[in-house]
Amino acid sequence: MVNLTIDGQEIEVPSGITLLQACELAGKEIPRFCYHERLAVAGNCRMCLVEVEKSPKPVASCAWPIAEGMVVKTDSPMVKGARHGVMEFLLINHPLDCPICDQGGECDLQDQAMAYGKGMSRFEEYKRAVMEKDFGPLVKTYMTRCIHCTRCIRFLDDVAGVEELGATGRGEAMEIGTYVQRGLSSELSGNIIDLCPVGALTSKPYAFTSRPWELNRTESIDVLDAVGSSIRIDSRGAEVMRVLPRLNDDVNEEWLGDKSRFAVDGLKRQRLDVPMVRSDGRLQPCDWDVAFRAIADRVGGEQGAKIAGIAGDLADAESIHALRELLDALGSPHRDGRQDGAKLDPACRAGYLFNTGIAGIDRADACLLIGTNPRVEAPIINARLRGRWLAGGFKVGVVGAMPSPTFRVESLGAGPRTLTEIAEGRHPFAAALRDAKAPMLILGQGALVRSDGAAVLATARAIAEANGLVKEGWNGFNVLHTAAGRVGALDVGFVPGPGGRDTAGIIAGAERGEIKVLFLLGADEIDTSRLGACFVIYIGHHGDRGAHRADVILPAAAYTEKSATWVNTEGRVQRTVRAVFPPGQAREDWAILRALSAALGRALPFDSITALRSRMERVAPALARTGEIAPAPWGAFGTTGPMEDRPFASAVANYYMTDPVSRASATMARCTAELLPRPEATGIHG
Amino acid sequence: MTPATFAFDAANQERVKIWIAKFPTGRQQSAVLALLDLAQRQSGGWLPQAAMDHVAELLGMARIRVYEVATFYTMFNLKPVGRHLVQVCTTTPCWLQGSDAVLGACRAKLGIDVGETTVDGQFTLVEVECLGACVNAPVILVNDDYFEDLDADSTERLLDALGRGEGVKPGPQVARQTSAPITGANTLKGGADA
Repeated sequence: MVNLTIDGQEIEVPSGITLLQACELAGKEIPRFCYHERLAVAGNCRMCLVEVEKSPKPVASCAWPIAEGMVVKTDSPMVKGARHGVMEFLLINHPLDCPICDQGGECDLQDQAMAYGKGMSRFEEYKRAVMEKDFGPLVKTYMTRCIHCTRCIRFLDDVAGVEELGATGRGEAMEIGTYVQRGLSSELSGNIIDLCPVGALTSKPYAFTSRPWELNRTESIDVLDAVGSSIRIDSRGAEVMRVLPRLNDDVNEEWLGDKSRFAVDGLKRQRLDVPMVRSDGRLQPCDWDVAFRAIADRVGGEQGAKIAGIAGDLADAESIHALRELLDALGSPHRDGRQDGAKLDPACRAGYLFNTGIAGIDRADACLLIGTNPRVEAPIINARLRGRWLAGGFKVGVVGAMPSPTFRVESLGAGPRTLTEIAEGRHPFAAALRDAKAPMLILGQGALVRSDGAAVLATARAIAEANGLVKEGWNGFNVLHTAAGRVGALDVGFVPGPGGRDTAGIIAGAERGEIKVLFLLGADEIDTSRLGACFVIYIGHHGDRGAHRADVILPAAAYTEKSATWVNTEGRVQRTVRAVFPPGQAREDWAILRALSAALGRALPFDSITALRSRMERVAPALARTGEIAPAPWGAFGTTGPMEDRPFASAVANYYMTDPVSRASATMARCTAELLPRPEATGIHG
Repeated sequence: MTPATFAFDAANQERVKIWIAKFPTGRQQSAVLALLDLAQRQSGGWLPQAAMDHVAELLGMARIRVYEVATFYTMFNLKPVGRHLVQVCTTTPCWLQGSDAVLGACRAKLGIDVGETTVDGQFTLVEVECLGACVNAPVILVNDDYFEDLDADSTERLLDALGRGEGVKPGPQVARQTSAPITGANTLKGGADA
C-alpha cells in the first residue's frame, strides 16, 4: 500500500496502480480519451494531466506510477489551464459537425469539451480533412473527426488479436487505417465503435437512425451464441434499434461479438406475426382458434407414441419445459433438445458445462482444444483465451482444424487418433497437461455431433481424469456450446424419456410414418425434407426452414420480446427482459403452449410464468438462482467405444449466420458476402 | 506498374541474414528499417506494397506494422520515383544562402514542379527539410550523394551531367575542401596539403 495526498485528502491505495487509478479511488474525475481500463496504456491524448508537487510540469496521470508521499492536485489552476490547452489542441482539427454526427449525445469529446474546455479557439488556419476509410460492412468511418487516441488499434491488437489497424504517416498527416483498403476481419470489430471517444467510428447499420435520448434502454441477455453476453437493448417504439454490450466481468467483460450486436435487424424481417394453417398445400393466415382447432383435430386421437417434439437453438428454458409438460400430458416420450444430434450426456451436469467458467480461463495454464474453433463459436471466450495467452505461460494444443487463430496454438493432430494418444498418455501434450497447475480442455460441438460423439465425450473425460484436470477447487473440463438454448434443454430434461427417440430417431420415424405429429419449438437446423407426411407444428418467431415445412405455425416471441430464462455454456442462469412487444398476433412461447394444452383438453397446471418457473425449478433446481452457476459435481458420462478416424471440424461454418435471427439479417448477409473467404468461383457463378 | 510479388535477390538475401542476425532472438523486428531500405534499393528507389508485405513476412510481424514504419519515414518512397531523386533542402540556412535559386533552377531545367517526375523517368524533384549540411548550404541530395555550395548555374550543370549519365563529383561544387572555411584555410597553413 502507498500513501498519497490527492487534493488535500490523504488516501492509501494499492501499490502498482497508476496515478489516474489512484485519483479515481479518491473519487476524483479525471478526463481522458486514450486511457481505457481494459487496454494497454498509450498516454498520447494528454487529457488526464494533473499537478504533482515538485514536478515542474503537469504529468499524464494515466501513465504515471505512484510513489509514497506523492502530493497531487487535480483541481489547481495549473491543471485547469492544462486541460484548457489540451482541449484546444484536440479541437484544432476536429470538425464542428456535432449536429450531423451519429456520436452526438453520447460523445466523450462533446461532454469533456463542455466540462473541461475553454469554449473558444484561437486557431485561424485551415482544418485538415481525412479521406474516409473502408472498414467493411459494420464500422462506418469519418476519419476527419479522429483525435488519434489509438484505442481502436490497441483493441484489435490486444483483445481481438488481429493486427489490421495502424497509424500511418506522421504529424499532421497521421491517419488511422488499414493502409490497404479492406474490411476488418475480426468477429469483435464492433467494439471499436464503443471504444471510439468521438464520432470517427460509428455503427454503419445504425447510421442516422436515432439519437441516444430517443431510446429506451433495457438490460438483457444475448442468446445468439452460448456465451450469454450481457447486453443493453436500445429500442424506440416497437423497434429494436441497436444492441450494445453491458459490463459483466464474469462473462463478456465489456465486449460483444459482431453477430450479437448487429444481427438485430433480423428481428424485423421474416417474422411470423399471425397464426397459419396449411390448406391446399399453402400456408394461410388464420386466427388462433382456427390454428388450435386444426392441431386438436390431428392430435386429438393420436397415440402418445406417435407424437414427438424437438426444441431449437434459441428456445428458452421455460417454453422447453412447457413443451415437455405438454408432451408428457399427451403421453409422448419422444423429445430432444439437441437438434444437431450432439451426443451430450444429460446424466451428469458437469459433463455438458463449461465448468472452468469464462473468467476461470484467466487462472488456467494449459489448454487442449478439441474439435472447436472458439473464434467463430464464441468470440468472447476466444478473446479471454487470447488475453490469457498474452499474459504468458499458457500452452495451447489443438486437435482438429483451427484456421487463423488469434493466439499461438500447437496443432497436435486432426482427429480421434490423436485424442486416443493423449488419453493413453503416449502423446507429449499429455505430459504438458499433467505438469500444468490448472490444465483445461475445451470440447466443441463439432466433436460431439458425429456418430461417435459419445465415445469422443468419454475419451475427453478420460483425458480430464488422467491428467489432473478435475481436482479440488478446479474443474478444467469444458464443453463449449454453440446454441443458447442447449444447456437449458438438458437441464430441464428435454431428452428422450424411457423408450423415447432422439432427434435422429424422430426424423427417421417421421420419414417412415411412425411419428405422425411433430412439435418444433424454434427448431430450424434439422433436415425438414425428411419429415415425410408428418403433421408439423412450428412454434417460433421466424419464417425459417422449420416454418416452411410446417402444417400449422404458431407465431412466438423473440428474445428481445419476452422475459425468459437461458442457461449459458457455463451453466449460468440468466434472464432476458422484454424490450419491445412481439409483432402482430405473436405471443410468448409458454403462453402459446399453455393455451394449446387447453385446446387439446389437457390443460397444463400453470397460469403464469411464475407458476411455470416454480414447476420448472422443481425439475431443474439448478435454474432457481438467476445470475449464478449451481455447482455441478463430477460424475460418469459418455460411452466408451470405437471412434472413426475422421478429422474434427468446427460446428460453425459461417459465424455470421447460425440461427433464424442472423439468417434474416441483411447486415449479416453483407458480412457473409464481404468478409468470409469466398469459395472458388466457377463458370456457373455468373 | 506495381509488382504483384517481391523477393530479395541473392546478394540481398545475404544482407538480410546479416541484419536479422544482429538482433537477439525474438527481436528480429528491429531489422525492419534495414530490410525496407534494402527492398527500396532493389526496387528502384521505391517500396511497392509487395515488398513491404515480404518484409513483414520475413520478420514475423503484422503487415500494418510495416506500413506504419514505411509511412512514418519520409526517406521511404511509396510511389515510383525517377532514376535520380533530387531532394532540395529549403530549410532556413539553405534558404538564406539561396535555395530559392537552386529550386528554381531545378524546376526550370527539368520542366517539372515539386513532387513530380520527368516524362523520361530520369528525375523526381522533391523539397525536403534540413539535410544537416548547413555549413555547405545550399545543398541538394541526389539519391545517396550530397551536392553542396550550389547556385543556379552549378545546379543546372549538375542536372545536365546527371541527365547525360556522366560521372559527377559529390560534395562542394565550388573550390572548397569539404567543410573547410569558404575563404580558404586559416589554420594548419603549413601542412603538406596546403
